[in-house]
Amino acid sequence: MNHLLEINNLDVKFDTDEGRITAIENVSISLDQGKVLGIVGESGSGKSVTAKSIMQLNPGNTIYNDDAEIIIDDENVLKFTSNNDLKKIRGGKVSMIFQEPMASFAPAIKIGHQMIEQLMIHKPLNKKEAKDISIDMLNRVGIADAEKRFNQYAFELSGGMRQRAMIAMALSTMPKLLLADEPTTALDVTIQAQVINLMKDIIKEFNMGVIFITHDLGVIAQVADDVAVMYLGSVVEQGPVNEILKNPMHPYTRGLINALPDINNLDAPLTPIPGNIPSPLDRPNGCVFRTRCPHASKEGKEENIKMGLVEVKPGHWLDKCGVDCGKK
Amino acid sequence: MSKNIVSVNNLSVSFDYQENFLSKKQKIKAVNNINIKIKKGSFFGLVGESGSGKTTLGRAILGANKISTGNVIFHDDDRDYDLTSINSKEMKEYRKKAQLIFQDPYAALSPRMTVRDIIAEPLEVMKITNSREETDEKVREIASKCRLNLEHLRRYPHAFSGGQRQRISIARALVSNPKFIVADESVAALDVSIQADILNLLKQLQNELNLTYLFISHDLSVVAHVCDIVAVMYLGHIVEMAPSRDLFSNPRHPYTKALLSSIPSIDPENKSKAIELEGEIPSAMNPPSGCVFRTRCPHASQDGKEENIEMGLEEVEPDHWVDRCGVSCG
Ligand SMILES: Nc1ncnc2c1ncn2[C@@H]1O[C@H](COP(=O)(O)OP(=O)(O)OP(=O)(O)O)[C@@H](O)[C@H]1O
Ligand SMILES: Nc1ncnc2c1ncn2[C@@H]1O[C@H](COP(=O)(O)OP(=O)(O)OP(=O)(O)O)[C@@H](O)[C@H]1O
Ligand code: SF4
Ligand code: SF4
Ligand SMILES: [Mg+2]
Ligand SMILES: [Mg+2]
Repeated sequence: MNHLLEINNLDVKFDTDEGRITAIENVSISLDQGKVLGIVGESGSGKSVTAKSIMQLNPGNTIYNDDAEIIIDDENVLKFTSNNDLKKIRGGKVSMIFQEPMASFAPAIKIGHQMIEQLMIHKPLNKKEAKDISIDMLNRVGIADAEKRFNQYAFELSGGMRQRAMIAMALSTMPKLLLADEPTTALDVTIQAQVINLMKDIIKEFNMGVIFITHDLGVIAQVADDVAVMYLGSVVEQGPVNEILKNPMHPYTRGLINALPDINNLDAPLTPIPGNIPSPLDRPNGCVFRTRCPHASKEGKEENIKMGLVEVKPGHWLDKCGVDCGKK
Repeated sequence: MSKNIVSVNNLSVSFDYQENFLSKKQKIKAVNNINIKIKKGSFFGLVGESGSGKTTLGRAILGANKISTGNVIFHDDDRDYDLTSINSKEMKEYRKKAQLIFQDPYAALSPRMTVRDIIAEPLEVMKITNSREETDEKVREIASKCRLNLEHLRRYPHAFSGGQRQRISIARALVSNPKFIVADESVAALDVSIQADILNLLKQLQNELNLTYLFISHDLSVVAHVCDIVAVMYLGHIVEMAPSRDLFSNPRHPYTKALLSSIPSIDPENKSKAIELEGEIPSAMNPPSGCVFRTRCPHASQDGKEENIEMGLEEVEPDHWVDRCGVSCG
C-alpha cells in the first residue's frame, strides 16, 4: 500500500543576511492513514519548517534540494507550481493547525465567515451548506453556543476555545492529512487534557493521518503511534512511540528524557544536557549532536561521520552515529 | 524551626477594568483574601492556571502592585517592613532586599546594553556602589557565581542562547545581594535540556547565598522537583497548600487532583487517567459565587450548596491546608 505521506531526502535551506542556514537536512519520514506521527525536538530543531514544507508555506528565501520528494497521493508537492495544484493541498487534502493560535484567524473577520470562505474554496458547496457544516464542526469540537461563537472574532474567545475553533476549521474540509503544530502548547494543563482527548476522538472518527508537533514528550506519549526525534534539522531516532520512549538509544533522545522532571520520582536529580544548542549558522559538521554528546569520542571522529538512519530493531531507526559511537 | 521572612495576611488586590470608555467600570479581584507565610530559606512554589493571580500576588509582595485590603510584611533580621504603611525611603531599602527575576532579560532590556551594564544597572539605580571599580567587582563576582564568564560581560544579550540569557537575568536580580527572590515563570521559555541546568543553578545559589524564593510556575513537575512547599491557586484563591511531597502524594482539593492528573505521562502505556474538567475557566471579572471551583468541579453537589460557601483554608494535617469547601464537600 502507498503511504499517505512520504518525505524523501528533504533538505531545507534559507538564504539570510547572515548566510545560508540549514534548517532541515536529509529528512525522510512516512505516514499512513489513521496514524499519528509525533515530531519532538527542542526549539529550532526544524519541526515547523518540516510541516510548512509539506504545505509549501515556506517563504521566498527557501531552497529545497533537487532530489527531495514530498509525496501525497503519488504527487510530489515540491514540483507543484500553479495555484490550482497548491489548492489541492492547502486546506484541501491537507490542513494545518498553526503554532500561533491567532495566526490562523484574520483578526478583523468573524470566525464563521472565515470558515465558510475556506470551505467554499475547496468544496462545491453553497453558503448555507458551508455554514451548516461549520456550525456542526464547532459543535463537534465541544464549543457550546456554536451559533453564537460563529459570529464572534477570534480575540473574543478564550485560549482553549480559540484552539478548538482552529481545530474545527482545520477539520471542516475533511483533510486526509492534518498537520498540528504545537496545538496544545499555549494551553493550561487541564484544558490541554480536554483538547488532547478531543483530538484523539476526531482522529479516530475521520481516519486521518496526523503529524503532531510538540516539544513535550509527555504529550507525544499520549497521542502518537510513532515518533521522530529531531535535533538541529536532522531526525536522529524514529520508531513506535512505546519503543522509543522505553528503549531510547540515541544519546540525544536519552538526554531529553533524563532532563525531564519526573513527577513520580522527586528524588531523581535534574540532569541537563550539557552545553547549548548551536546556532543553525554554525551547524556542526558530521554528527550534529557531537558538541553536546557525553559519548563523543576523544579523537573527534564524529566530525567526519555522515549521518543517516539505520534500522536497529524492527521499526526502530537510529542515526548511524548513534549506533557506531553510542556507548551505554 | 526557621523564621518567616514574608507574611501575607488577608491580602486582596483588585484592578479597575473598563472594556472601553463607554462601558461601566468593573473590578477584577485578581487576588482574594490570601494568607501565606514564607519561611526563611524555603523554595515556595505557586502554581495555578493562567489568570489565577500568581503574578499579581508575587508583584504585591514586591511592592509593585497596590494592595487593596490586608497586608504584606517582610521580616528582615533587625526589623519588619509593612508594605501597607511603607514610606518611599523604606521602599528603596526594601527593593534591595526583594528582587524579581525577569522571565527574559532580552525582551525586557535594551538590546544596546552590554551584559555588564545589564547586570550593573540595579547597583547604579539603587546607588549601592560608590565607584566603577566597586561595581565591576560586584558584577564579576555574581556573574561567576551564575556561571557566566568574563568574556560574556562585554557582549550584547542577543548573542546568547535562552539558557545563557536566563543566567544573565538571574545575575541581575542577585547583584544587589537580596534575601528574597520572586522567580516568575523563570524557566517557562526554556527547552527542557536547559531548564534542568537553570533549576540546578537556582538551588545552588539558594544554598550559597541564603536565599528564599517565591517560585511561580504553571509546570507542576518542575515545582514538585524544586519547591519544599507549594500553594495552588485558582481564580484568585489559594485552594490548597502543603509541603511538596504531601501535596503531590496526597492531594485533597478536587482542583489539585484534576491538575495533577492532567500532567501528560511520558509512559505511553499510562494513558488518559486525566480527571476531565468540564468547561472553561470562568472569567476573573465574573467569578462564581461561593466556591470558585464549583462550575468545573466533578464533586459539586446537586443542590448547589457551594454557591453559598465562604472560602478559606483549614489545616487538615500538620502544615497541609485545604480550602474548607474541599474538606466538607469533597
Ligand atoms: N524563514 C526563515 N528564514 C530563516 N531561517 C528560518 C526561517 N524559518 C525557520 N528558520 C530557522 O530554521 C530553523 C528551524 O526552525 P523551526 O521553526 O522549524 O523550529 P521548530 O523546531 O519549529 O522550533 P520551535 O519549537 O521553537 O517552534 C531555526 O533555526 C529557524 O531559526
Ligand atoms: N494591571 C492589570 N489590570 C487589570 N487586570 C489585571 C492586571 N493585571 C492582572 N490582571 C488580571 O488579574 C487576573 C490575574 O492575573 P495574573 O497575571 O496575576 O495571573 P497569573 O496567574 O500570573 O497568570 P499567567 O499564568 O497567565 O501569568 C487576570 O484576570 C488578569 O487579567
Ligand atoms: S556520533 Fe558520537 S557524538 Fe554523535 S551521537 Fe553518536 S556518540 Fe554522540
Ligand atoms: S465546595 Fe463543592 S464544588 Fe467546591 S471544590 Fe468542594 S466539592 Fe467541589
Ligand atoms: Mg515551531
Ligand atoms: Mg503570570
